[in-house]
Amino acid sequence: MAKASKRIGRKRRYATMLKKAAQLIFYRRHIEPGVKGWELRKRLGSDYPKVIALLDEYLRSIGLTVKTVFEDESSPENPTIDQLDKARFYITLREELGLEDMKFMGWRIDDLAGLAVSLAYIISKGGKAPRKDVESLLKMKIPEWRVEMNLSRYLRMGYLMEDENEQLYLGWRVGAEVDQKKLIDLLLEYEI
Amino acid sequence: MSGKHSRRLVREELRRIIELCRAVENKGLNPFRVNVNDLIAVIRLYFPRLEDPEDLSLDAEALNQIASIIKMQSEWVKRRATSLYRDPFLIEEKLRRLSTQDLTEIFLKTWHPIVELEQVTIGSLRMAMDYWESLTPLSERWKEEEFLKVMTERTTREELVKQGFLRDEAFLSEIEKIWMELKKDAGSEGKIDYWDFIGADSYEETIERAYLTSFLVTYGYASLEIQPLEEKIFIKPNEKPFPKTSSQPVSFPISVDYERWREWRKRQRE
Repeated sequence: MAKASKRIGRKRRYATMLKKAAQLIFYRRHIEPGVKGWELRKRLGSDYPKVIALLDEYLRSIGLTVKTVFEDESSPENPTIDQLDKARFYITLREELGLEDMKFMGWRIDDLAGLAVSLAYIISKGGKAPRKDVESLLKMKIPEWRVEMNLSRYLRMGYLMEDENEQLYLGWRVGAEVDQKKLIDLLLEYEI
Repeated sequence: MSGKHSRRLVREELRRIIELCRAVENKGLNPFRVNVNDLIAVIRLYFPRLEDPEDLSLDAEALNQIASIIKMQSEWVKRRATSLYRDPFLIEEKLRRLSTQDLTEIFLKTWHPIVELEQVTIGSLRMAMDYWESLTPLSERWKEEEFLKVMTERTTREELVKQGFLRDEAFLSEIEKIWMELKKDAGSEGKIDYWDFIGADSYEETIERAYLTSFLVTYGYASLEIQPLEEKIFIKPNEKPFPKTSSQPVSFPISVDYERWREWRKRQRE
């Protein structure tokens, strides 16, 4: 009897923590969305990795997942608690998107293709490329007036970063949203 | 060749080295195209002839740029050894030849956008309403100072206290009053939780008590006991005010924000 009530109590506790974790990750409270591991620890306690695993399982049924981005962009198999504390947690779409989904997400086909070109080019150059080179590549297929507008949008959204020497880098959002290795592999495999 | 002419040549050569290194860095060119040994040989050759501080600084800048190229070469090798490395020319070629639709289809297979919410909740609305209710109108907070032209005259003690030149006896008696209160509240334990002591029914009163309490500690009427692991702060009354010591005073900021006060008041009501 005592064991059963203890189990129910634990279940209730985890259900509450699950709700709290979902709120913490879903709602944007900083400039960047998502939440840091140490913030989750502060609000949910030291077993927050277990709560995150439960949340991930729960989100599976609606096509979402909890994405963990580690500080050095590595992907350790068995992360330490220190690595998790420093990591950032986001909720992203679990499945692949189709062309028909794109319109519902507010992206035009040209804009998304431009983003793919910019990211792939910068990845191929080792994570950094002159803005002029990216612009000239985009201008081949996108009108000039639109190139400037698109690059500003990618910069504003965090897909790209730019330094004072007009060099473009990959932004924080790429680590959370784009499978860089798969993008390059698919590009090279594609038969024209 | 005259000395002046030779110095000009040296400067040009150093500038050429700096520009070459910068171009490689900014254009993202293969850093192994730069023959570092040749550049260092040139710098070594010219170095004994340099005397002018401006030339020496050019020499240092050239060396710094060469060091950057060596760093780029090291990164280049590291990158080529990673699993993500593919020939950039092949990728660029694909990017140029693929249609917009093909590029988008490929990207969609690798893209998992972040899902986030930006929405007002009932809880945050309630909190905002509470805050709005306790907010003093701007007309009171930003009362305009009126400037009056007055003649010089003898000042009074009250006026000096008001202007902060003299310490107010009333303020000291306030401090003594809150000290007595602290002694009473601390009871046999000799200490009380900081928030339980400063907390009052309204946020304004809480701020006032926190302000007076800070002077209790500063003037030696009480001391703080901080338990960092438990995140607790206690305040302990002293039997007699300790005189100020010559040691360096320690400042300990305590945030008395509205949210924390609300939480404290909620706990009290429960």
